[in-house]
Amino acid sequence: MNSMSPSLSRWSRFRDSYLLYSFKRDLIAQLSLVIFILLLAAAVLAPWLAPTNPYDLAQIDLLASELPPFWIEGSDDAYLLGTDAQGRDLLSTILYGARVSLIIGFGAVALQATLGVCFGLLAGYLGGRIDAFLMRLADIQLSFSTLMVAIVVGALVKAIFGGDTFGAYAVPLLVLIIGLAEWPQYARTVRASVLAEKSKEYVDAARVMGLPSRRIMFRHILPNTLSPIFVISTVQVANAIISEAALSFLGLGMPETQPSLGSLIKSGFDYLQSGSWWITLIPGAALVVLVLVINLLGDWLRDVLNPRLYKG
Amino acid sequence: MLAFLIKRLFHALLVMFVISVIAFAIQDNLGDPIQQMVGQSVPESERAQLREELGLNDPFLVQYLRFAINAAQFDFGYSYVFNQPTTEVIARHLPATLELVASATFLIVVLSVPIGVYSAIKPRAWLSRFFMGISIIGISIPVFLTAIVLIQIFAIGISWTPFPADTSWGTWLNEVVSTEGGMPAYGRGDPIHVVGTWYTNFASPRGLLYLVLPAISLASIMLPLFIRLIRAEMLEVLQSDYIKFARAKGIRLRRIYFLHALKNTMLPVITVGGVQIGTLVAYTILTETVFQWPGMGLMFLDAIERSDIPLIVTYLMIVGLIFVITNTLVDLIYGLVNPTVKLTGKPA
Amino acid sequence: MSLLDVTHLDVRFALRKGDVKALRDVSFSLDRGERLGIVGESGAGKSVAAFTLLNLIAKPGYIAGGSICFDGQELIGRSDRSLRHIRGHRISMIFQDPMMTLNPVLSIGEQMVECLKAHRRISTHEARAISLHKLVQVQIPSPEARLDQYPHELSGGMRQRVIIAIALLLDPDIIIADEPTTALDVTIQAEIMALLLSLCEKHNVGLILITHDLGVVSQVTQRMLVMYAGRVIEDGPTREIINDPQHPYTQGLMNALPQMATPGSHLNQIPGSMPSLDNLPSGCAFHPRCHFVTRPDGQHRQACKEQVPDFVTSGNCRVACHMVADMLGYERIPAEEITQ
Repeated sequence: MNSMSPSLSRWSRFRDSYLLYSFKRDLIAQLSLVIFILLLAAAVLAPWLAPTNPYDLAQIDLLASELPPFWIEGSDDAYLLGTDAQGRDLLSTILYGARVSLIIGFGAVALQATLGVCFGLLAGYLGGRIDAFLMRLADIQLSFSTLMVAIVVGALVKAIFGGDTFGAYAVPLLVLIIGLAEWPQYARTVRASVLAEKSKEYVDAARVMGLPSRRIMFRHILPNTLSPIFVISTVQVANAIISEAALSFLGLGMPETQPSLGSLIKSGFDYLQSGSWWITLIPGAALVVLVLVINLLGDWLRDVLNPRLYKG
Repeated sequence: MLAFLIKRLFHALLVMFVISVIAFAIQDNLGDPIQQMVGQSVPESERAQLREELGLNDPFLVQYLRFAINAAQFDFGYSYVFNQPTTEVIARHLPATLELVASATFLIVVLSVPIGVYSAIKPRAWLSRFFMGISIIGISIPVFLTAIVLIQIFAIGISWTPFPADTSWGTWLNEVVSTEGGMPAYGRGDPIHVVGTWYTNFASPRGLLYLVLPAISLASIMLPLFIRLIRAEMLEVLQSDYIKFARAKGIRLRRIYFLHALKNTMLPVITVGGVQIGTLVAYTILTETVFQWPGMGLMFLDAIERSDIPLIVTYLMIVGLIFVITNTLVDLIYGLVNPTVKLTGKPA
Repeated sequence: MSLLDVTHLDVRFALRKGDVKALRDVSFSLDRGERLGIVGESGAGKSVAAFTLLNLIAKPGYIAGGSICFDGQELIGRSDRSLRHIRGHRISMIFQDPMMTLNPVLSIGEQMVECLKAHRRISTHEARAISLHKLVQVQIPSPEARLDQYPHELSGGMRQRVIIAIALLLDPDIIIADEPTTALDVTIQAEIMALLLSLCEKHNVGLILITHDLGVVSQVTQRMLVMYAGRVIEDGPTREIINDPQHPYTQGLMNALPQMATPGSHLNQIPGSMPSLDNLPSGCAFHPRCHFVTRPDGQHRQACKEQVPDFVTSGNCRVACHMVADMLGYERIPAEEITQ
């Protein structure tokens, strides 16, 4: 009997919450969520949904390269969205590519959030030298722009490992690169809200009670900084996907044999002049829709939760 | 003022120090100058001797100091690929990048301020909603994709005679635009020589035309951010008591919006935005790649491709310097605009 | 006819869940040179009333009805452009928090000169001379230096002096002062209030003083309004109301003053708190806190619970209270007839 009640009350609390209320009123947020879930499902289920396996060289027909999508004359019914220069089915590569992009996006955000939250908590809670050092580091890194840092680190990593090894471990390496490049965003926001929370009485009370710092930080302060973390996380997933695409476009990301949306755009770019615009622009459109719905959800969340985000 | 400058200068030096350590570490670990100088055929004993002569066996600190002293004199060694001092290579590519960044900055400032202010003053107007919608879409399109789409539409997709042909200026403009089959998609065209390594696109209509697409795509990454930032700050300022008081004083709305509110809005925009303008240099890597714009970004990618370590290191140092200079300038401008910041360094 | 006649003023805030009535049926008038106090707890609608007079209520607020007649002209329904010539010129305002009222990025001089130039065709030089003169009048130390200073260089008290100087710049007919001293140090409060009073008397300027401080009202004003939940519940000469408050709410406010309490005992607070405007009690909005209703034999007072009280005249005062009406022997329409 009793074990039912907490989950029930949590559900009813969610049902009555402002979050759900404003979601029900916001058509754009609903639409974004639906599209996002569809894209996510399509990406996760790519091996089952995709007509062909683009990683499987045996399924590739070089003779069928650069076929246009179905609404243009000269298309082949077997390839709904046409084929790329190597004869891979574009729909399949997009599904697999979205999968890679999403894995890297979420992975990188998980890494940067972990780093940023830890550093932000440390800086905000301990203050002093550690704070000054971490924040100066964040300043320098941000003033270099996260993209720049990612490109430089990506270039170095590629130079150290060599192109082939880099290609083999591209996914974890990109997660690492983007994660390392973007942690300051989190650290600054978390630090700002820690500073705000720290001055409140409950933290003093916890300290007077003799609770250890670690416990105060993670059990008392962190929960109160969750809504800004939640809001930036949404935007950061979108940013990470864009960063990955940018790196791949520069040839510092996913190899063409294992393409993400970014490397698909890159591989198609060379054929733009020959008129095969779809190889570039259809994956591009998929990327934009994916990033756009995440950004729209982030906007909605920010308006609803209305946290004080760190500016600058 | 002096104390403020010294403080800023110290901060800038600190940043440059960090960058130089990173740059040196890259050079020390990745570059092998002997290999580049003498090639494979030279015996190991000779190499060791050369290594000793060049001081490559010296302690890390000594080598770093040598690097730093040379760097302070803008001497970063020779590019492997070009076989020229790296600074000369950079100097050849710098103007193209700076002109691109300047044009994009111009577009951003000229467009974001009026649009941001308008959508804050009339948040419910359909035009404001339209701008906000466009800006969220703009944020979601990666800069290289914007560039590709622009090329597809304006340089490949359509033949391009947008001006009325029945007027003399229209025909003239159409001629300007339509030479060589429409909007140029690649490169800088034939920039006009100004001085030294500086060739400019600003001096001729055809040159400006070459700038249009790259500048628009570079601007497209920051423009939505700026519009949203200005709008959000302005909305907050318009809620403040001093705006209500100004209205209660009977001041004209125009003056309230464009003096009272805008000046306060611009303070945070300058700090956040100024730094962002600096980061435009990073985004030139992407735009220059798409447009084959012969600037530093394209040069940098090329250097990475060919493992031209000295050139990579020089690029990092120069870009770091550009960032440091913009940040310092932004702080100075902020101090000049905001009366509560005293440039004397004393707390206000 | 008075200089300012406000009648049946109705102000609402259009919110998603429906309109919230911030002011209901508010009427008062002000003669030239007269000083009127508007008293009430926070949330009673005092500030809304102040901003409504110059039609400065922010969206989603709007004026739903009534009339504001100033110097023979109706202000409601006039364009922002034409109201601009009254704001700061004929009627000026002093805000609550001097730290927030002055624009931080404009010098004191700029903020004074622009006000003069908005209403008169004069040179900057003349405008600065007038500004300086006003700064001297508000007894600010080293007034000349102040013109080129920025707000952050001045203390709160000095800023409020500057704001008073701005309010007086164009020799207005009326100054609306919205809690002009609450944000200041206690030591400075009396100084600023005395300054404001002396300047109003000297220049024969009407004053509408919005405050929750009955002490200040009794010292400064000649007439007062007591507001509760967006309505005026008592209004009349300050002296009479202070000496003999009729409405149970006003009585409660008076009793809550520290000087009314017996030393050593608790302060006599009114139980409960002001209802929020979107969820007003039926009948007299004060009835859930009114001791006539809450005491054991008050349960039968259906009228208080069901019917909004009309004004009755008591001496020189008007009071909106069923209890007072009963005691004065006013006839009341039975509740059943009203509901039908």
